[in-house]
Amino acid sequence: MSLNISDIRSDFPILSQTIYKRPLIYFDNAATTQKPIQVIRAISDYYEHDNCNIHRGVHYLSVKATEAFEEARREIREFINAPSTHEVVFTKGASESLNLVAASFGKKFLLPGDEVITTIMEHHSNFVPWQLICEEKGAVLRVATILPDGELDLENLYSLISERTKIIALTHVSNVLGTVNPIKEIIAYAHKQGIPVLVDGAQGVSHLKVDVTDLGCDFYCFSGHKMYGPMGIGVLYGKEKWLEEMPPYQSGGEMVKDVTIEKTTFNELPFKFEAGTPNVEGVMGLRAAVKYLKDLGMDEIRAYEDKLLQRAVSSLSAIGGVRFFGEAPGKASLVSFLIGDIHPFDAGTIIDKMGIAVRTGHHCAQPLIDHFGIPGTVRASFAFYNTADEIDRLAEAVARVKTMFK
Amino acid sequence: MYDVRCTMYDVRCTMYDVRCTMYDVRCTMYESYIINNQTMTIQEIENQLVGEFASVDDWLDKYDLILDMGKSLPPIDPKYKTDKYIISGCQSKVWLFAEYREGKVYFMADSDAIITKGIVSMLVSVLSGQTPDAIQSAELNFIDRIGLKEHLSPTRSNGLASMVKQMKLYAMVFKMKG
Repeated sequence: MSLNISDIRSDFPILSQTIYKRPLIYFDNAATTQKPIQVIRAISDYYEHDNCNIHRGVHYLSVKATEAFEEARREIREFINAPSTHEVVFTKGASESLNLVAASFGKKFLLPGDEVITTIMEHHSNFVPWQLICEEKGAVLRVATILPDGELDLENLYSLISERTKIIALTHVSNVLGTVNPIKEIIAYAHKQGIPVLVDGAQGVSHLKVDVTDLGCDFYCFSGHKMYGPMGIGVLYGKEKWLEEMPPYQSGGEMVKDVTIEKTTFNELPFKFEAGTPNVEGVMGLRAAVKYLKDLGMDEIRAYEDKLLQRAVSSLSAIGGVRFFGEAPGKASLVSFLIGDIHPFDAGTIIDKMGIAVRTGHHCAQPLIDHFGIPGTVRASFAFYNTADEIDRLAEAVARVKTMFK
Repeated sequence: MYDVRCTMYDVRCTMYDVRCTMYDVRCTMYESYIINNQTMTIQEIENQLVGEFASVDDWLDKYDLILDMGKSLPPIDPKYKTDKYIISGCQSKVWLFAEYREGKVYFMADSDAIITKGIVSMLVSVLSGQTPDAIQSAELNFIDRIGLKEHLSPTRSNGLASMVKQMKLYAMVFKMKG
C-alpha cells in the first residue's frame, strides 16, 4: 500500500507555514524530524490527564502513569524486536546512549593497550565518547576508512581487528553520506571473533525496519526526535549479558535497590541505568511516534523516501557542477553536496532565503569532512512528508545559487 | 614603507596589490593597498550602507549586493591568512588583522565564505580608518537596520560576532599602547 502524502502532511502542523513569503520546505530531517499532531497530543494529554512521578506512588495517577510508561517500553521493544523489555533503557537521546556505553562498558572492560574500532563516518557522538574513554584507559582508538563512493571499506575495517579489540562501534546509517552499512554482516564477522558490536542507529530507525534480534547487535542506540518523536528522549538497547555486567552510569533515585550508609545495591535492568525521574512526557511522545511509524509501515516509508532520493539525485545532477558526497548503493534518503566550489555556508544561506531548510557545515562529523578535504557540505535529508514538488524547488534554488555565485 | 598618497582619490596606499573598496580603484602605479583616508564618521558610513540596501526589496537581491561587497574586499596579505589571525566560526572562517597609524586603526580581513566576506567588508569599511574611541563606542546598528542581525548573532556560528569583538579589542589595545 502506498502512502497518502497529503493526509500525512495534514498531520504535521508545522509544515503548513510560510517563511520569507514562501511555503516552508523542510529538508533538515537528519537533524531532527517534525512531529505529527499525534505526538504533540500525546504529550499534552499526558500533562492534562496523567502527570505523575512514576514507579513510586501507590495512588491512582502514579499507577496509571507507570503503566503507560512501561507499556511504551513494551511497544518500543516490539518496534525494534528486542528480546526483552529489560534490554530497553530510556535515555536522553542517542548521544546519551552512546556516552553511557562508552563510559560504562569502557570502565568495566577496557585495559591499557586494548583497542576500540570505530569508523571515519561516525557522528561526533559515536566518536568523541570513545576517544575520551580510550584516553582515560590508555586504550587505542582505531578508525576504519571509506571507499570513494562513501561505502565503508570492509577490508580495512576487518584488517583493524586484533586480539586486543574489545568493541566495534559504528553507525547504521551515515548522517552525512546516507550510506547504510552492512551491519548484520559486520556483526556476524565480529562475533566469530568474540567482539561485541555497538550500532549508532540515530539515522537508522526513522528510515529502515530495525530488528535488533536479527541483526544480532550488542547495543543499538537511537533518539526520539529523529524519528518524529520529542526531543530529550532516546533509547539504548543492550543485550542483557552486557548490561548486567556494566556498572551504573549515573546514580540517583529509581536505579537503586537498597541504600545504607555503608553500601548501595542497584536495581534490576533496565532501571539500573535510569537514574532519577525519567522523561515521562518524552516516552509518551515517543510511543505515539512509534505507533505512527508502524501504522505507515517502515517498508512503505523506505520505498517512498527512495523515490524522493532518486528524484533529488537526478534533478540536482541535471544542473551541472553539483558534487555529491556519498553515492553508496542502497543509501538512505539524503543528499550531501557542494555546488562547484561555492562555500556551503553561502549556498545554505541563499537556499534558506528561498524557504528551504537544509543543513550546512560539517554535520558533527569533522573527521569525515576532513577526509574529503572540504569545508563542509550542503545536506538535504528527506522524510516521508516531503514531496517531489519540493525536491524540484530545491533544484531551482541550487540553480539560483550557482548563478548568483558564479 | 609604501606609504604614498593617491591625490586624485585622496586615499593612501600602504600595502601591495589590493584594492580600495570605498572608492573602488586600484592604485596601479604602486600596485598597492589603498587605505581610505577616512573623513566620514562611523555613523555617516553606516547611513550610507543602510541607504544602499533600502532601495532593494527582495532578500535575494540584498544578498546580491552583499556578494558584490564581498567580491570587492581587498584580498588580505597571505601572511595574515594563518591560524594566528583566524576567528573561527563553526561554518565559515574569518581572518582579521589591524594596524595603528597616526591615531587611527586600519583593518584588513577576509573570509572563506562570500556572504560572510560581504558583511566583513561592510564592517571593515565602517570601522577602518577610525579612532580607537570611535571604534570602541560604535554600536554598529546598521547590520540590524539592513536586516542582517541574524548574521551577527553568536549562534550563527560564522565568526562575525567574534570578529566585531576582536575589532573592538584591537582598538582598545592600540589605545592603551598609545
